[in-house]
Amino acid sequence: MAEHPADVVPTLELRGVRKAFGPVVALRSGTLVVAPGSIHALVGENGAGKSTLVKIVAGVYRRDGGELLLDGRPVDFGSTAESKAHGVAVIYQEPTLFPDLSVTENIFMGRHPLGALRRIDRAAMYAEAARLFERLGVRIDPRRKAEGLSIADQQIIEIAKAISLDARLLIMDEPTAALSGVEVERLFAVARSLRDEGRALVFISHRFDEVFALCDTVTVMRDGEYVATHPTASTSVDRIVAAMVGRDVAELFPKTPAALGDPVLEVQGLTSAGVFQDVSFTVRAGEIVGLAGLVGAGRSEIARAVFGVDRYDAGSVRLAGKPVPPGSPRAAIEAGMAFVPEDRRRQGLVIDASVSRNVAGVIRGSLARLGLLTARAENAAAAPWASRLEVKTGALDMHATTMSGGNQQKVVIAKWLATEPRLLIIDEPTRGIDVGTKAEVHRLLSELAGRGIAILMISSELPEVLGMADRVLVVAEGRITADLAREEATPEAVMLAATQHPGHHAAGLQGHRPSDVAPTEAAS
Amino acid sequence: MSQPLRHDEGAEASTSEALLVEPSRLSRGRRVLGVVLRSRELSIFLVLVAVVVAATARNSGFLFSADGWRNFLLNPSILLLLAVGQATVIITRNVDLSVGSVMALTAYLTGRLFIDVPGIPVVVVFAAGLAAGALLGLVNGVLVSLARVPSLVITLGTLYAYRGIMLTWAGSERINAGDLPAGFLALANRSVLTVPVLTLVALAVLAVVGYYLYTARGGRELYAIGSDPDAALLYGLGVRRRVMAAFVLSGALAGLAGVVYTARYGTVSSSVGSGFELQAVAAVVIGGVAIFGGSGTVWGAAIGAFLLVTINRALPSLGIADFWQRAVWGALILGAIVLDRVLAARQARRLVRARDVA
Repeated sequence: MAEHPADVVPTLELRGVRKAFGPVVALRSGTLVVAPGSIHALVGENGAGKSTLVKIVAGVYRRDGGELLLDGRPVDFGSTAESKAHGVAVIYQEPTLFPDLSVTENIFMGRHPLGALRRIDRAAMYAEAARLFERLGVRIDPRRKAEGLSIADQQIIEIAKAISLDARLLIMDEPTAALSGVEVERLFAVARSLRDEGRALVFISHRFDEVFALCDTVTVMRDGEYVATHPTASTSVDRIVAAMVGRDVAELFPKTPAALGDPVLEVQGLTSAGVFQDVSFTVRAGEIVGLAGLVGAGRSEIARAVFGVDRYDAGSVRLAGKPVPPGSPRAAIEAGMAFVPEDRRRQGLVIDASVSRNVAGVIRGSLARLGLLTARAENAAAAPWASRLEVKTGALDMHATTMSGGNQQKVVIAKWLATEPRLLIIDEPTRGIDVGTKAEVHRLLSELAGRGIAILMISSELPEVLGMADRVLVVAEGRITADLAREEATPEAVMLAATQHPGHHAAGLQGHRPSDVAPTEAAS
Repeated sequence: MSQPLRHDEGAEASTSEALLVEPSRLSRGRRVLGVVLRSRELSIFLVLVAVVVAATARNSGFLFSADGWRNFLLNPSILLLLAVGQATVIITRNVDLSVGSVMALTAYLTGRLFIDVPGIPVVVVFAAGLAAGALLGLVNGVLVSLARVPSLVITLGTLYAYRGIMLTWAGSERINAGDLPAGFLALANRSVLTVPVLTLVALAVLAVVGYYLYTARGGRELYAIGSDPDAALLYGLGVRRRVMAAFVLSGALAGLAGVVYTARYGTVSSSVGSGFELQAVAAVVIGGVAIFGGSGTVWGAAIGAFLLVTINRALPSLGIADFWQRAVWGALILGAIVLDRVLAARQARRLVRARDVA
């Protein structure tokens, strides 16, 4: 603790905090020391463990080990109510509001001001809400419902809630992701005034210009571990990026070069208001294209629109030269697309059904005899696929729910391969899968590309993208900000492209803009 | 708007838009009026008035006779009690299907107490009904909040379990008016200023619960839990405790309804209360409580209960065949749900437009 004077007791102190979810370790060694009257930035890649750390401080999760001290006293929060009572306020990445209730009630829920006979003093509550909104400089009717608020306004409500808590420690998990320039400035003004009152603030952001503009100290995390803490005055964006990604792309990724064929997927000017804008790219036969970017940048939304799950406002999707009608996953499947969603337990698998039923599910139409589907026909269709993918399940009628994450993922892939697709869209192929099985999934993807299937892979794990992809498209705030060939795709280049924001504030990062690559030429 | 506005900017904005994105500049009176005019409670109340007017025009005795007036007020009081409890549970995004069976058990318990404990005070019987119902509700609440199984399944189970207990207990016996003290049965005929006492009991319960849900922290937390259970956990609200309390209330009110039933009708057979759980849900939905929780009021549920019972009584006197009465109920439920969807969609479009303008 050399950087802190000994006489100041830190408001928040975490030492070697650990948290695992089953076999997956989310936080290996979380360390963070925040002094009162300071704004402390916490940075790291997706999956570095920042959000887990925040949730431990907030009392959402209970830590498995390590020390957690508040004002020098050890604490152990079993619920969010306890952390609140200790003066900890958290603004989560995703706003958590009650849509049916007024914005004022959203701010005061659970601690409404009370009048005589313990009845809620509505007049005082609305007046207080109006005061908070005035302080934040926003014009919101305190009586309106939270339903239908824009994400930015929802975030404002969250901030108002945190301020009204009169917290000693305010943690903001990417509060600015949805805010416009003016709103960000206003938030910063409030943050600074809270700091000047002697409160401690933790600010999580991927926007380095904001980190340097607002924070006095920065802590970097990587792979669930503490890396370093620096005063912002004595470090630079480049040094922080290097600390964030500092590791070699392990030889985990058995990417074998495949011959590239004709374009399979051609996306032109795809736009969905407020989600993504003017997205254009192609994927060729045998090519693995990685879609990189931060959580919430719009990667999954683009994939869902291409597959027809979500509708889009403008643009076109062509598969093997033929236009794919929008908004119809059925048409997309018939055209030759396959889609493995991010949350396979909820969207990709009939979790309580047998392996063969899952595999045969998408080709039911062609399997059914006289409209009837027999377990025998399902098994017959599933067997070759499951064996080719080395799904380790005792029998095909074993239930998917009892299998490991890696095998579940293989079942999902097997399910789609049975449709003999030309294009496989796969979202977070190895999330929640242990390291050993990850390599098997990677080998499988590589092999499929070798067979001429075009693969669009979305991944938040930078090493995975860099290791597997022939070409990396970086998405930031709904736009493609870089198209990098395999040789150009360094961790630094991808991180910088992912953290620029094309809408506003663009000036702050101009010096770091990666060399512009013409989108269509990069593949050849 | 006729009076001049203080703010220059946005002066042309219509009142509805101003409400959406900016602090309201409407006076308190106008705002309250607007809320009332747009409320679901008012529209369903108008439907009730229309039904009563139509039936009374056909046969003035429907309302303007001693019997008609009494039936109009007394008959819905049992369903009203169930609907108030059901609304409280549905507001938390749960449902209590066991209320019909709970009511049957306490109706039988009422008769049993009068037979086995001669001279027992009526007040004690009411308290026993409430307590027994609350206990059965607690069983529901504990199962729902600890087993983490949807309340639909849990209370479907207790619906049959409680009915089974009642059938085993009662055997082939039934409670007749002769078993009950005259003083208890007289409750059904006693009234204050022409309003039956049992109706007053139901209305008092309605007032207390309605007041609690609107002005107490606990009541508002029930809405929050139903609106988004995950967010409620992040807020640190006592979700389990509150949900359990909602089930206890629903059970207690069903227990009270059982005692009221026995007082009103004087006989208890084994099929008492069958199907009442669905009538209660119907009343709640028609009264504007969202089936997925978070919005609606017990006032609406109470008007819904009045409407269902009154329609049932009005249709025969309007010359509509028995068969169609059920169909009318169904149409009301579907109409209420379609209306909800249409209103919600319109509201969502309006909000998006207001946001784009802002």
